[in-house]
Amino acid sequence: MLDKVLFYFFAGIAVASAALMVTRRNVVHSAIFLITALLATAGIFLQLRAEFLFIVQIILYVGGIMVLFVFVIMLVNLDVALQQMQFARQKWVALIVALALAGQVGVMFWTSGKMPGQGLPVLTAVAANRLPLNSEAVAKSLFDSYLLPFEIASVLLLVAMIGAVVMAKKRA
Amino acid sequence: MLPIEHYLFLSLALFIIGVIGVVTRRNVIVVLMSIELILNAVNINLAAFSRLYGDVAGQVFALFIIADAAAEAAVGLGIIIAFFRNRETVLADEMDLLKW
Repeated sequence: MLDKVLFYFFAGIAVASAALMVTRRNVVHSAIFLITALLATAGIFLQLRAEFLFIVQIILYVGGIMVLFVFVIMLVNLDVALQQMQFARQKWVALIVALALAGQVGVMFWTSGKMPGQGLPVLTAVAANRLPLNSEAVAKSLFDSYLLPFEIASVLLLVAMIGAVVMAKKRA
Repeated sequence: MLPIEHYLFLSLALFIIGVIGVVTRRNVIVVLMSIELILNAVNINLAAFSRLYGDVAGQVFALFIIADAAAEAAVGLGIIIAFFRNRETVLADEMDLLKW
């Protein structure tokens, strides 16, 4: 019951603020609504007993990436941008793409023969109090089975760092 | 506990909203933010299936996706700053130097 309440609470916030993020004209408002959506997603992670992911989501997304976004919004010219048209005339393209994606999921449910609400697995496979400690389990899996991808990810971050500095530095 | 489709539909909704943002917005910064939303929708799926099977690998992959999103945001915003310095605009449809 508590799970259900928490899920609908966070899911409602996430979807509503995501929709507001896409539709607001002001870029700063969009950024703030994106922060709300990301925080609500962090709540969903907590509800799924993924505590480590919850903390990483808040520290890295909300504390890191979004600060970067807000900085860039301040650097580029805000007042000029507000007077420009913010939406491309591609409503129909967007509608078609959205319908195609939703249709794909519908086909997936149809062909699997299991419609929502009938016989899809419920998240009780492992009882919550029998789960291993989350951070410990993540660390074991990360440094045991996925050590090579972990190292590759660190190289990717290094490349991204150098790339960002080279891109943003002043041309001599 | 909740059936898995709750999370699938939440993720689908966020993904579709993100795609609509990518297609309809002219401001490149908002397009990048919509991409972050899409990556986030994928993370919800991974965490839900990780919970369903009691296997922590899904969360590890979600961590990789978050690292990827950070890299993408850094490089993308660097490109936006460089472009803004040259052309004084952040609108996607004015980035037409390669257009014939």
